[in-house]
Amino acid sequence: MSTALDIDGLVKNAEVAISAARTTEAIRQVATEVGGKRSPLAEAHRALGALEPEARKELGRLLHEARTTIDALVERRRTEIRFAEMQATMESDRIDLSEFIPGTVRSSPTRGHLHLVSQTRDALEDVFVGMGFEVAEGPDIETDWFNFGALNIPPAHPARGMWDTFYLNLGTPESTLLRTHTSPVQIHLMEAAVVNGGLPIHAVMPGRCYRRDTPDARHLPVFHQIEGLVVDKGITFADLAGTIEVFTTAYFGSDIHSRLRPAYFPFTEPSAEFEVTCTICHGDGCRTCSQTGWIELGGCGMVDPAVFDAVGIDPDQWTGFAFGFGIDRCAQMRHQIADMRALNENDIRFLRQF
Amino acid sequence: MRVPLSWLRDFAPFDGDPAGLGATLDDLGLVVEEIQRVGEGLGDVVIARVDEIALITGADKIRRIVVDAGDGPIEVVCGAWNFEVGDLVPLAPVGAVLPGGFAIGRRKMKGVVSNGMLCSGRELELTDDGEGIMVLNRVEDAHPGQRFTEAMGIETDVVFDIAVEANRPDAWSIAGVARDLAARLGLPFTIPVVDGRASAGVGDEGGSIEALTSVRVDDAELCPRFTARVITGVVVGPSPKWLAHRLSLAGMRSINNVVDASNYVMLELGQPTHPYDLDRLGGGGLVIRRAAQGETIITLDGVVRVLGRPGPGLDDTGEDCLICDAEGTPVGIGGVMGGASSEIGADTTRVLLETAYFVPMAIARTSKRLALRTEASARYERGCDPEGIDRAADRFCELLAMTAGSTASVASGTIDIRGDVPTPVKLAVRASRVNDLLGTGFTASQIAALLDPIGITAEEVRADDEGPDAGVLQVTVPTFRPDIRPAPMGESDIIEEVARTYGYSRLPRRMPAWPQPGRLTVYQRDRRRLKEVLCGLGASEAWTSTFVTDFDQTMSGVDPPYIEVTNPLVESERYLRTSMVPGLVRAVIYNSERRQGDIRLFEVGTVFHYPESPPVDPEDGPPADMSERLCAVFCAEGDDAWTAVAAWHAIAEALAIADWSMLAAGGPTTAVLHAYRSAGLSSVVETPPDEFGITWKPTQLGVVGELDPYIVGSLGLLGRDGRARRVGWLDLDIGILLDRDSVPRKPEVSRPISRFPSSDLDLAFAVDNDIPAGGVERALRRAGGDRLESVELFDVFRGDVVGEGRRSLAFRLRLCSIDHTLNDEELAELRSRCIAAVEKGGKAALR
Repeated sequence: MSTALDIDGLVKNAEVAISAARTTEAIRQVATEVGGKRSPLAEAHRALGALEPEARKELGRLLHEARTTIDALVERRRTEIRFAEMQATMESDRIDLSEFIPGTVRSSPTRGHLHLVSQTRDALEDVFVGMGFEVAEGPDIETDWFNFGALNIPPAHPARGMWDTFYLNLGTPESTLLRTHTSPVQIHLMEAAVVNGGLPIHAVMPGRCYRRDTPDARHLPVFHQIEGLVVDKGITFADLAGTIEVFTTAYFGSDIHSRLRPAYFPFTEPSAEFEVTCTICHGDGCRTCSQTGWIELGGCGMVDPAVFDAVGIDPDQWTGFAFGFGIDRCAQMRHQIADMRALNENDIRFLRQF
Repeated sequence: MRVPLSWLRDFAPFDGDPAGLGATLDDLGLVVEEIQRVGEGLGDVVIARVDEIALITGADKIRRIVVDAGDGPIEVVCGAWNFEVGDLVPLAPVGAVLPGGFAIGRRKMKGVVSNGMLCSGRELELTDDGEGIMVLNRVEDAHPGQRFTEAMGIETDVVFDIAVEANRPDAWSIAGVARDLAARLGLPFTIPVVDGRASAGVGDEGGSIEALTSVRVDDAELCPRFTARVITGVVVGPSPKWLAHRLSLAGMRSINNVVDASNYVMLELGQPTHPYDLDRLGGGGLVIRRAAQGETIITLDGVVRVLGRPGPGLDDTGEDCLICDAEGTPVGIGGVMGGASSEIGADTTRVLLETAYFVPMAIARTSKRLALRTEASARYERGCDPEGIDRAADRFCELLAMTAGSTASVASGTIDIRGDVPTPVKLAVRASRVNDLLGTGFTASQIAALLDPIGITAEEVRADDEGPDAGVLQVTVPTFRPDIRPAPMGESDIIEEVARTYGYSRLPRRMPAWPQPGRLTVYQRDRRRLKEVLCGLGASEAWTSTFVTDFDQTMSGVDPPYIEVTNPLVESERYLRTSMVPGLVRAVIYNSERRQGDIRLFEVGTVFHYPESPPVDPEDGPPADMSERLCAVFCAEGDDAWTAVAAWHAIAEALAIADWSMLAAGGPTTAVLHAYRSAGLSSVVETPPDEFGITWKPTQLGVVGELDPYIVGSLGLLGRDGRARRVGWLDLDIGILLDRDSVPRKPEVSRPISRFPSSDLDLAFAVDNDIPAGGVERALRRAGGDRLESVELFDVFRGDVVGEGRRSLAFRLRLCSIDHTLNDEELAELRSRCIAAVEKGGKAALR
């Protein structure tokens, strides 16, 4: 066996061959030439058996190193080529999309479906528009002030435990968050109305909300709420109860009614929870309503004077009420959806049902 | 909170149907989540002694048990293995009917006749333990043949499980629930008077409390009131059955007489107390101070707690109230949890009882920082009654004197260090305001009568008939109602109490009316229309996750930083999406895996980008870069970029976009990473000079085309051939698209339709490849002016005939005039004007 085996030269030759490859096919061939069964490297390896143990060990180590280097070079070049080819394909596949000839695209034989949540939201909006409400929206990301502070929930307020909040890496810790309810839209509306002389307000505010709840059959960490706010002269708790009742029968049907019972929300006083006749048993009592005949739907109350104070509305001149409930929950009730998680699985069989 | 009816009856003579009481509690806002009947159906159960246990041939789960229930041996078969010969167990004999209506009959199992059933705690509905039989050896005086209920001190009872609202610390106690309920039912409510000393044994240590211990409060801001009592001669042992049973009904485990007395008082009156072993307190006393930064304590639960460090919460300065012994060693976190070192043990004989008032906000912060929520902290953070302390301490002493042996003796005197505690709120309430807010017609005296039974006194300072300011009540709020604020906010709180005690269900209802019409905004109407167009194209609306992974962000082609959730639900999904593409592709994959992947999906939703500069003022919001977008993916059989282009044409048509243009991706106005067969979409207002001398001002609207196969493949959407599927893609910023100021619509004013015949003109041009067909079309439209009714591309052709680097584009122009039929001359003139416009830049020539 020749002792003049030039491993460095071998690697150099391989390197030249590898960098000369321009196509996937070429690099495949080069890989065989420099590292395959008939490559000088493989032959040198086969010849190892004839050497003295010491020499064999030393040369074996060198060969192994050379093999590692060559393999890495091949792999790198292969990636480069793949990327270049991709770029080239993109360049050559480039088409002028304004060369569109009407009528050449196959139209869909079936109609698509709006998501059930959208349909529910639209239906709720329509009911409220019919009752004289405008529809307002607000951002998903809020500051602590809009989501909590202005709503009479200062930092460390025990009521914050009512909402498990997702905080964001914006500004000082816990200063920015994903809104836990649509109520901050109330603050935006009232602040704008004070600045622009836009009172009275009669608005509903649908939107996406976020709470750090583990998803289960009845809860999703991302969900939808609709909020209502009326600020006007002479508005009373009776107007609130009446509005809830009119909405309930308009949306759920004439045999579904509402009732209020005391509750606590920091941004309303007096506050109430509102329940509607169980849509499953129509009030007779069943498992869904725990035999009570009623299903809890949302919260409501008269706007707390502290909230008016925060936005600069004179509570002796204006009074108001607010209410809020889950859009997804309405969909779940109306369509008897056993597991809420079906709503964001996006199974086309589910989407096409509505 | 679990509230036993029997316990409520200590405070008012409640009777009647439990369901009716439950409904009344509901109507008071003390929402009953469950009504549980306990101890019913246990009348037939007797105590039996196990005399013999034998295996049954051929059975490895059940055994033959011989018991004696006072009348000689009874043979039963039992599947539990947790007892031995000699144990006392509950036996339901043949004929017994257990809770839930389960009737015990004579049964034969594996050839052995079972004459009854040995019962587990769950079968008797007393505990949750359904694994083993209840073993009653430790029950005092229990003996075979005795009635089980008698041995256990069980009486039939009803337990209401009540959800108490966060603002009602007073109602988070048996007495508080009883007060509200009695008020509504018109029953007399009394808290029995106790005298902590009189009810105790005679003090044989002679000394007053000052001789036994000392207390110093160094931080009265965190701990405005601290009281201490000492009970000596205490024998620590089990609580009497009645007390242990009440605790268990209320959901608490019996520990020993000292701890139980403390828990009992907390449940009954809502005031937490903390008993220390006086002999284990260094220096025999207590010092209350603010924890130094980084100071540690081992709490009762054996966990080392580091104190005095500001937490992540807003305005959190890291103040913890520390209870130390007289030598300064921490022995408890004030209002949250005691320390392990001074815990009551079996050998405790002298008890120091702490009953204090801690500042609610400070407790809330400490509890949140340490992630340590206890029965005590939950009550303190809501606000305990600073004036309820003496009664609670007295009640504890009374209970301990009853249960801690004949030597127990309460030392005379109380150490009471009182700083600035809340005082009763006094405010004026206008009867007119009550009625204005509730829509009622209450008189001042009616209002006073509704408030009085819940402990709120209201005195009429001006009578109803004295003019416009008439009917004002001077209201005094007891300190156990910290939820009621001072004036002016407190007036609303009082109004809620009036409504609550009167009954929400009895208040009037009316539908309000106002002159302003209800409506959707133009934007909202257009958004609905946009979605309808997509549905018409066969696309269904999806709802994908807002939370995405690092990988998803990379696939979206957006560079960091991203908006990140600091406390994500799923660790890897910690970013807010910058694009809906990954979510929609995953939705297609989900369906594909169910053999229904030939679909078109769209979503209208918000995407989030890290803001250039976050606002400094927290009231400035919104603090991030958010935009509402429409994203659609077209994955039906045969779909590709052209499907998306057709969709865009349909949208532009439906919204009547005045003018728009399509630019090759990578061109000057698009920044689409991984763009593949895509084009940027722009609305065009004023057109600046392009290759055809036209001036223009584009507004970017989004992208149309095909998703980069690399992204599609990386996300895992593969076709049958194992290669990335082709996905048509449309992504629009609808905040801009639907904004009529940025993106003008076709004029509202109608255009008269010509009554004269039109002429068609076909023009084919050889156009350089780098000139978009849309540019040629625009040039034609411009040249044709108001005589050009329509222009449409109808043929594209590439080949040698056209030449290298060019393609043939054939347009059909329909020409017409509003007031006459165009003559040949006019048509020829229009034709040459159009041709000249296209050929102008030298990049196209008529073929």
